Formats: sequence, C-alpha cells, structure tokens
Amino acid sequence: MDMISIPVVNMTPILPEIFLSALAMVLLLINVFGPSGQKSYLAYISFFGIVATAVLVGAGWGGHIESFSGSVVLDNFATFFKMIFLLAAGLAVLISDQYMEREGCNHGELYPLILFTVVGMMFMASGTDLMTIFLGLEVMSVSLYVLAGFNRANKKSNEAGLKYFLLGAFSTGFLLYGMALTYGATGTTRIYKIASVVGQMTLPSANIMLVAGMLLMMTGFLFKIAAVPFHMWTPDVYEGAPTPMTAFMSAGPKAAGFAALLRILLVAMPTLQVEWSQLLWVLAVLTMTVGNITALRQDNIKRMLAYSSIAHAGYALVGLTAGNGTATAGILFYMLSYTFMNIGAFAVIILIAKKGETNGNVMDFAGLGFKRPVLAVAMTIFLFSLAGMPPTAGFIGKFYLFSGAVQKGYIWLAVIGVLNSAASVYYYLRVMVYMYMKEPTEEFEWTQVTAPVALALIIAIAGTMIPGIVPSIILEYAQEAVKLI
Amino acid sequence: MSNVLSLTTFLPILGVLLLLFIPKDSKSVLRNVTLAVTLVNFLVSLTILSGFQTNAEFQFIENMPWIAAGPFVMRYNIGIDGISLWLVILTTFIMPIAVLSTYTAVEEKVKEYMICLLMLETGMLGAFISLDLFLFYIFWEVMLIPMYFMIGIWGGKNKIYAAVKFFIYTMVGSLLMLVALIFLYFKGMEAGITDFGLLQFFSLKLDMTTQIWLFLAFAFAFAIKVPMFPLHTWLPDAHTEAPTAGSVILAAVLLKMGTYGYVRFAIPLFPDAAHKFAPMIATLAVIGIIYAALVAMVQEDVKKLVAYSSVAHLGFVMLGIFAFNVEGISGGMLQMLNHGISTGALFLIVGFIYERRHTRLITDFGGLSKQMPVFATIFMIVTLSSIGLPGTNGFVGEFLILIGSFESELRWWTVVATSGVILSAVYMLWVFQRVMFGELDNPKNQKLLDLNARELTIMVPLIVMIFVMGLYPKPFIDKMDPAVRKLVSQMRVAPVNAQAIPAGLPAGHPAMETPAAEPSMMPAGHPVVAPSSDVNTEKVVNPHEAK
Repeated sequence: MDMISIPVVNMTPILPEIFLSALAMVLLLINVFGPSGQKSYLAYISFFGIVATAVLVGAGWGGHIESFSGSVVLDNFATFFKMIFLLAAGLAVLISDQYMEREGCNHGELYPLILFTVVGMMFMASGTDLMTIFLGLEVMSVSLYVLAGFNRANKKSNEAGLKYFLLGAFSTGFLLYGMALTYGATGTTRIYKIASVVGQMTLPSANIMLVAGMLLMMTGFLFKIAAVPFHMWTPDVYEGAPTPMTAFMSAGPKAAGFAALLRILLVAMPTLQVEWSQLLWVLAVLTMTVGNITALRQDNIKRMLAYSSIAHAGYALVGLTAGNGTATAGILFYMLSYTFMNIGAFAVIILIAKKGETNGNVMDFAGLGFKRPVLAVAMTIFLFSLAGMPPTAGFIGKFYLFSGAVQKGYIWLAVIGVLNSAASVYYYLRVMVYMYMKEPTEEFEWTQVTAPVALALIIAIAGTMIPGIVPSIILEYAQEAVKLI
Repeated sequence: MSNVLSLTTFLPILGVLLLLFIPKDSKSVLRNVTLAVTLVNFLVSLTILSGFQTNAEFQFIENMPWIAAGPFVMRYNIGIDGISLWLVILTTFIMPIAVLSTYTAVEEKVKEYMICLLMLETGMLGAFISLDLFLFYIFWEVMLIPMYFMIGIWGGKNKIYAAVKFFIYTMVGSLLMLVALIFLYFKGMEAGITDFGLLQFFSLKLDMTTQIWLFLAFAFAFAIKVPMFPLHTWLPDAHTEAPTAGSVILAAVLLKMGTYGYVRFAIPLFPDAAHKFAPMIATLAVIGIIYAALVAMVQEDVKKLVAYSSVAHLGFVMLGIFAFNVEGISGGMLQMLNHGISTGALFLIVGFIYERRHTRLITDFGGLSKQMPVFATIFMIVTLSSIGLPGTNGFVGEFLILIGSFESELRWWTVVATSGVILSAVYMLWVFQRVMFGELDNPKNQKLLDLNARELTIMVPLIVMIFVMGLYPKPFIDKMDPAVRKLVSQMRVAPVNAQAIPAGLPAGHPAMETPAAEPSMMPAGHPVVAPSSDVNTEKVVNPHEAK
C-alpha cells in the first residue's frame, strides 16, 4: 500500500523524457517556420539534444526513485537501456543526413520522429506499470511506422511502412489483451504489485487467465523483437525502410522489447519461470535457426542483416530463457554491443548504396577491401563482431549469454546456440569474400564519407572493439543494472 | 626482462602499427621491415630459451587481472614450460623464413600480406603461452582471421572455397569447445576454483561422465585442427590454395595447435576420459597415417602430396601422445618440431618450383636435378628428413614415437603405423624421382635457374636444423623432458604404464623408469640421444632405408 500512498509527483525520473519531448516539438516548429531548404542543421540540433539527454540520464545512475504512484521508476536497469536507446538514436541521426540528401527526401520531420521514438522506448524501460509500458510502446511504434515509410517516393518504403503498421497494430492488440487478462487475474497493472499477487498464489500456473495474459503479452513483445514465429514483417520492413531507419529499428526497439520483457517476466512473473522459460527455450532455438538458415540465402545485404537480426534476437532469447544474473547482464551487454556493430554495418551499407537504394547487394561490395581499405576494415570489424569472433564485443556478449544458459543447466541450448553461430559465420564471411577476394565488376564512383557518418563509424568501431578487449568497463554497469530488477 | 614473453607475443603487433605508416607502394621497405620485426622477435625468443630453467615448472609467468565480471574471472596469465617453449621458438624461427619466402612470390597487396603475417604470429604465440583458458580461446580464434585472409586473398584458383572451409571447420570445433570451457568453469567454481587459470583445473576431480563429454568437446576442436582422419578434409584444400608462406606457417605452426591442445589441455584436464578414448584416437591416428599415405601416393600435384603427408605425420604425433609414456610424448613433441621444419621446407621447395614454372603437376617436371643441382641436393635432404632417415631429425621423433607406443597398450596400433613409415618413403622418394630424375625433356624445364642467394638463405637454417636435431637431439629433449614427465604423471594411469614397462622394454633401456622420478636430464646412454649407437633398432624401424 505504501507505494500508492505517495502522492507527491516526483518529476526527476522523467526529466530526460520531458526534455527530449520538448526538444522534438521545438524541432517540429523550427521545421515548419524555420528556414526552408537545407534541413541538415536539424540533425545537428537533434544530435546535441541526444547527447545532452544522455548526460541527464547518466546523472541518474545509481539512484532509485519511484514516481507517479509506482508507474515509473528511475533505476539502473532503466538507465542502462535508456543509454542504449540514446546511442542508437544518436548514431541513426548521424548517418541519416547524408542518406536523406542523396535520396532527395524532405527530412525535416525525421529527427523529431526519432526523438519521439526514443521517448517511447524510454518509457518502456522505465515503466513499472503495464499501462506505462503500453503507452511507451505505442509512442515508439507509431513513430516507427512513419519512419519505416519515410521515403514517400519509394514504393518499397511505402510497403514497409504499411506492412509494419498493419502487423504492428495486430500485435499490439495481443499485447493489450494480455494486459487486460493479467489485470483480470491479479487486480492491478503495477508490475511490483502483480509480482506480490502472483507470488502469493499457491499454483500460479493453474490460473489460466494469468497464464493466457502472460502468453499474450509475450506475443506482443516478441513481435517487436522479431522472434520467430512473429518475425514475418522483419525482412520486408528492414529492406524497404530507409537504411538509417533500418539501422535504428534493428537496435533500439529490439532493446526496448527486451527491457519490457525482462521487467515483466523477471519481476512480475518469476514464479512462472518454469512455464515461460520452457516456451522461450523453443522460441530461442527456432528464432536462431530460422534467422540464420534464411540469412544464408540472401543476396540483398539489408535483407541478410534483417534475418541476421532475427538470429541475434534468438541469441538474446537464450539469455532470457536462462534468466539468471549472468545471462541478463549478458542481454544488456549484447543489446549495447549490437547497437554499435549493427548500426556500424548499416552505416557502411549507406556509403556503398546509390540513389534509390540500388547497389544494395552483397556483390556490390566486390573489391571494396583494396579500394576503400578503411571502410572495408570497419565493415570487417562489424561483421566479425556480429559473427561472434573475439576480440570483439559481439563475442563477449555471446559468451555471457551462453554462459548464463550453461550455468542454468541449459547446455543443449548453448550448444544449439554456438552451432547457429558457426552457421552464421558463412554469410558474414560471404560479404568479406566479396570485399577482399573478388574484383569489382564495374567501376563506380564511391560516395564521399561526410563528417557525421565518419563520426558514427568511429563511435561504432570503438564501441565494438574496446568492450571486446576490456569488457569489464561495460559489464560492471550491466551487472549493476540487473541487480535491482 | 620479466615481460619477455609478452614482448615476444606482441612485438609483431607493434610491427603492424609500424607497417601502417609505410606507403603501400614501397614494397621492399614493407618486406624488409617485416623481416626485421620477425628477426628481432626471433632474437627476443632466444633470450627466453637461454633463460629457461630445465625443470617442470611454468616459467616467465605473468599474471595480471583482466576481466572480472559476474561469475567469471579471466586473467592475463601467461607462462611457458618445456612443452610450449619449443613451439614458441619454432614459431619465431619459422616466421622470418616465411617472410623471406614472399619476397618474389607476393607482388600484389604486399602491405596487407605483411600485416596478416604479423598478426598471425601474435595469434600463434599467444595461444602457445596462454595459461588462462579464456585467453587461450581468444588467441585460438583470433589466429583464424589472418589465415583466412591469407588463403582467401593470395591463394590459388579455388581460394575462396578453401578459405571459407578452413574457417568454418575450425569455428565449429572451437565453438563446441567454448561451451565445454564454460561448463568446466562452473564445475570448477563448485570446487572452489576462482578464475580461468589452467593450472588450478589440473587438480580438479571430475566424474567420468563429465570428463567424457568435456574431453569429446575439446578433442573434437583439436582433432579438426590437427587434423585427424576423418576431419582432415579442409587441410588439402587449404594447403593447396594457400600462398607458400601461408602453407609453411599452416604446416609448421598452425597444425601444432591441435596436437599442443591435446598435450596441454585435453589430456591433463580430463585424464581418465583421455585414457578411455586412447584406443579410438589411436585408431583414427593410424587410419590417418595409412590413408593419407596412400592418398598422397596418387596425387598429381606436389603441394597436395605434401599436404597429405602432413596428415600422415600428424597421425604419428597423435599416436605418440596417446601412448601416455615419456618416450611417446617426447617423440610426439619432437616430431611436432620436426614436422614444422621438414614440411615447412617441403612447402618452400614446392614454392620455389612453382614460382619458376607456375605449375605444380608432377608430370610437368622431370630431370630437374641436371638443371638445378643445389636445389636437388636440398630437396633430397628434406625428403630424407621427411621420411625419417637416421641422421636427420625425422628419425628421432618417429623412432621415439614408435618405441613409446609399442611399449604402451597401443602395441598393435604401432605395428600397423610402422608400415606408414614405409609408405612415406614410397611416396616421397617416388615424387622425388619423378620430379628430379629422368629425362629433362620438357623445354620449359631446360631453362630453369638454380636457387638464388635469397632462396639459399631461406633453406640453410632449415637444413642446419634438420641435421642438428637429427644428430644431437639431446638439448631439445632435455629441455622438454621434465615437463613431459610431469604430464605423464598427470595421466594418473599408473597401472597401465607399470604393465607396459616390464613387458615392452628390452634390457639396457633405462628410459622407462616410473614417471616423475628423475627431475631433469634424460639418462645418459639413452638410445635416442645417440642413434648411431643403436644400429639394430634402426634397421627394425626403418626398413625402407635400404632402398
């Protein structure tokens, strides 16, 4: 009861969200009333806004403040995830400008939309009430639907936006239905209250309404993280969406989905762990395998990375299945590493592609290794990290995810995981084969690397390599973050 | 100089940083700088050799905290004993030779090639010196990357297939080993082990089922790398397609990772399981010896022939290691060095004629000895070393392996394996005959030039080592002996050895005293140390010698 009896609304936990929302709205106004034509300055403003927000968020590290009657919390778990979202958004903003100019989009609204997405994701991570999480998810999703279809002149982008919207709306229905059933079974939507109600049930798995609610909620989130069998939208949306938005979508919302899943499953329903972990075991295997096997056959690199992104959700699900300290810290670490390496890879793709999203096949990387060695080395680092080769962050992340599974006794799950990793090596190597071992089929002009993209690449390389060599600098925070949930 | 091991390991990386600042068009500068770096590194490693105390302890230890997060503690924990010492020296010894062999062979993308070579050296050395299981795994995996690029970029016609196959084969094995590593760590944690340090795990008592699973996972990873039959299929492809320096390093050092893995990790960590699987592994080793020899015999491509001969030689090494006695393991270790030198030299020789003629088909050659007498002499010496003629290094190793395994419970395996010695003489001498003797009828061969000064410089150290190790192997065996004895004592299979000693040992062989009795030197008068004193045995083991 004491949670509810705190009437004072403490705004501190949501200061970053308030700041970011205000900034987004100001940007919208500037976009309409400001100087027309070149919109690049909006990108710079957003980037510095994101950096400022990151400082605000970082200042909250170590605190634990519940507010709004226990529907929002500021804790290390939320802070860690907020950093991931801000990082994803920051990198996405950096790589957007050059792309949007090339594609000839009017991209003024892009930046406010990215910021709104981040606000939504932040509420998913810090929400401790099902309603808060739902609202966060909706703010995020609606902005993402627009972002996926942002390139209005491009048919594929339109298709991506519409597909994502229809399927996303459908999955949201599941999610909301699950929340309603959970409310019916427990009488509350506050996560910590659900936890105590479920904890007092003698046999929670016999409560059909609760179990159904949990499963439906899981469906909603698994859709967002692109787990099999809710992954059908991913390749089309990833391929059709503007590349910077694909990069953003593959990192941010996936992390947000995991944040919400972790909090709901581990905080609210730990007594049902036997049930949900059995289900997740199967889904993890399916997700990894379907993602990797399908990726083997892709020629379009964005599609390939879409399937690879499904596979990576599978690796993280291995950690969620284990659900212990090692694995959950592994999920946090992995989501952060994945943000660096995947957005980095997409940044290189942006530089290789030409107007109208052409030149996006693996074959178009032919000869890159010796024509643009720095770019190729960057891509090589990202791909090796995605494949889980040491000494990169991708390896350490997988190591902790699979270690958690082994620690919990899921040895076969870990074995299936590593075999999947080995299979995935093939399609990552394939890009390198083209980059280094084949001659370019035709001469074409290389895009100039603009300063923001170069900065994004440097950040991404540093974020992929440094935690791979000295992982403690990130892992300590990740472990601190999962202690409280 | 307490950091000399780290210095050796990371000096090549410093070399890479240096290379980055050299423009890619100044090819000779790039080559000479790389050569200088590898030579300096060889000299540095010689200080390790001279500072090495002949005992069973790990030396030059550096142990620093590295990662401590969650349940795991990984440390930067390195050190060498008599087993890894020689492999480190072999690596630093082969590297300048490999670099020198690229001077005319690699004209394209020289800078990238040299960077790959240096990164590879760091990876290999790191794997040999790691005493932390996690650190070992990192180096073990990192090694793959430069080798993959070397095969894939500078390789022959089928390079991409070979490179990808090489990478994925090794990756599958090592990832399963990773799971076993994690599992082992948690087992160790229950027993109070605090980090990934290898030495603590040696005293860990595991039940048989656990040992079997873990051993299988480790053994699988190492078996791919050795490579053992039937997991060897990546090797002929990789060897044939790799550029000469790549083949040399692959044969001389990379394959040793597998056998070293057994000696350092799989066997002492899981002794009971290792013992249980010894007959199976010995069977595969013997099949490998015979099968690879037969396949080598019918190859049309000289390089492929040498590649298959590698499989056969490594079969011998495995047989010696799984004899679990001092002779067998010393022989195995010595044969690892011998194979590094002889097969490395063979690949260089193949490289020389390939550079001249751009073909490796045996039928394209014949009568070369008339045109290239120096080359013929060197080729002959290396051939004889490869088939294990007394007086050359190959003999000592093979002989030790065969007595070791004959005295162990692998007696019948030894009998079959010995025929592999004959077969190796058949295919090696036959290829030598077809390439070097006969009519010099191909007009293209009539204009061939003999070895130049650079090529001679490459070969002379190898030839010297062939004879030094063949005639006076004592210093090599002495340095590794205490470590080998310690390993044998770690096997904890005393009954088996005790049985074998009285049965298999002819009178006058003092070498078979129980393990760990004598701390340092091999007893004087050991038959192997002075092969010339043991003429009878030579005849038994090397029937092919009377060709």
